[in-house]
Amino acid sequence: MSALKLENVHKSFGDHEVLRGIDLDVAEHEVVCLIGASGSGKSTLLRCVNLLEPVGAGRIWLGDEEITRRGVDVNAVRRRIGIVFQAFNLFPHMSVLRNVTLAPRDVLKLPRAKAEARALELLRRFGLESRRDDYPDRLSGGQQQRVAIVRALAMQPELMLLDEVTSALDPELVAEVLNVIRELAEGGMTMLIATHEMSFARDIANRVCFLEDGLILEEGAPQEIFSRPKEPRTQQFLERIIQAGRL
Amino acid sequence: MASEGDRRADPEVERRSRLLGGLHEGEGARGVAIALLSTAVFLTVVIVAVTQSAGWPEVKRSFFNWDDISSSFPDIARAFVLNVKIFLVCEVCILILALVIAVLRSLPGPVFFPLRALAVVYADLARGVPTILVIALLGFGAPALELTGVPRSRVFWAGLGLILVYSGYVSEVYRAGIESVHPSQEAAARSLGLSRFQALRRVILPQAIRRVIPPLLNDFIGLQKDTALVGTLGVVEAFNQSQIYSNATFTYGSYLAAAALFVAITIPLARFTDWLIARDRSRRQAAGGFA
Repeated sequence: MSALKLENVHKSFGDHEVLRGIDLDVAEHEVVCLIGASGSGKSTLLRCVNLLEPVGAGRIWLGDEEITRRGVDVNAVRRRIGIVFQAFNLFPHMSVLRNVTLAPRDVLKLPRAKAEARALELLRRFGLESRRDDYPDRLSGGQQQRVAIVRALAMQPELMLLDEVTSALDPELVAEVLNVIRELAEGGMTMLIATHEMSFARDIANRVCFLEDGLILEEGAPQEIFSRPKEPRTQQFLERIIQAGRL
Repeated sequence: MASEGDRRADPEVERRSRLLGGLHEGEGARGVAIALLSTAVFLTVVIVAVTQSAGWPEVKRSFFNWDDISSSFPDIARAFVLNVKIFLVCEVCILILALVIAVLRSLPGPVFFPLRALAVVYADLARGVPTILVIALLGFGAPALELTGVPRSRVFWAGLGLILVYSGYVSEVYRAGIESVHPSQEAAARSLGLSRFQALRRVILPQAIRRVIPPLLNDFIGLQKDTALVGTLGVVEAFNQSQIYSNATFTYGSYLAAAALFVAITIPLARFTDWLIARDRSRRQAAGGFA
């Protein structure tokens, strides 16, 4: 059974059709990377999966539950999906520990001690334990993004969505965040990752999807897409990336 | 945290130098001297100009008679207790009612249109009608209805008038705060599975309220002064008590006594507001320097 399945998903903002019929199947423990130019629909696709944006048409299943059906409990769906944003979006008025325990305590109703024990275990695993009482503005961008990942993991999601999580980081901070994601992949986490980090995508993905104009133009194993792209648009995109020295 | 003190200027010095005209550290002593001198010159000019005016002897007799001021002061101070009580009770009610109105107004989607519209109409009316009219309408009108179960007390109705008027202003302050919190904060909260209400309570309102505390306090300085309007209903509070004195003695020293009492409360509030704003600013600068 697939962990996530999209069928002919459409999404428009006003007259502009951002997603024009996306079909996608993500198996359990699979890591799928979405690549493509800015504006190709990667972020919108992730936001639709998390129901932050209602889809225009088409259907999405999480496990065997259709989450685009009418009357679905969106909060219950989101509990099962972790999302990490480009701009971290930590809660600036809460300490690191409180950021991580907020949802487990308020949504899962875990007792404080249990939520904190679980949070501390995760923070320790990602080298953030000493930062537990700091506020987000005291952390570097890389640390903030790692806290954001921990915050999502604290809900023990069955699927993680990563939306260009290194795009807002200084170059020297990118590696620490990518290492965290790599560790998650090795641990068997199912992930759908929108990224501009091509070498990372080639390295970590089981499958790469190239998005162009709201459609998945080409998909396949990373070595196929990066070494022998079939579509001219994919070739063009990758050539520009190579020219920019990013692959 | 020791390194922080080195990096940033001492906030106390910073605060004082801003008051004295944004002087740099180290110019402190000279700055204070200049400020004192220019203040002395300014006051001398004002005092000379006023005391040389034609009407000054009469004004001095009717306003600045120390006996009037001091003999009226105890009664006015006792009456002022009522102003403070009205202020405190109204403030708590306003903080709650205004928050409810602001939250209603920020609800998204077509379903909540009637509530949003209601909140808009309310804020417009509350801010549009002069406070003194609201108090007169409620204070004279409502008890006259003689409805059973409805309080007859004019203080009650005047207080309700203040609450209704000020909630209009304060709800707008709250709303500005709510709108200043970036939508990505709500997205982050909702994506963790928090309900709309939980996101509002845990993530949006705490940030919004923190940002609007200075303007909120400003409105409460205004409220503190406007408690004098309750006196227009014949309730004996500080302003009314000083009128009683003034009518009996044909002098106005009692007004000065009342004014002194109001100022004694509002100045600390104003300084506290300044302090909060300065603290907020220095915190944000510290945060900006790092992130």
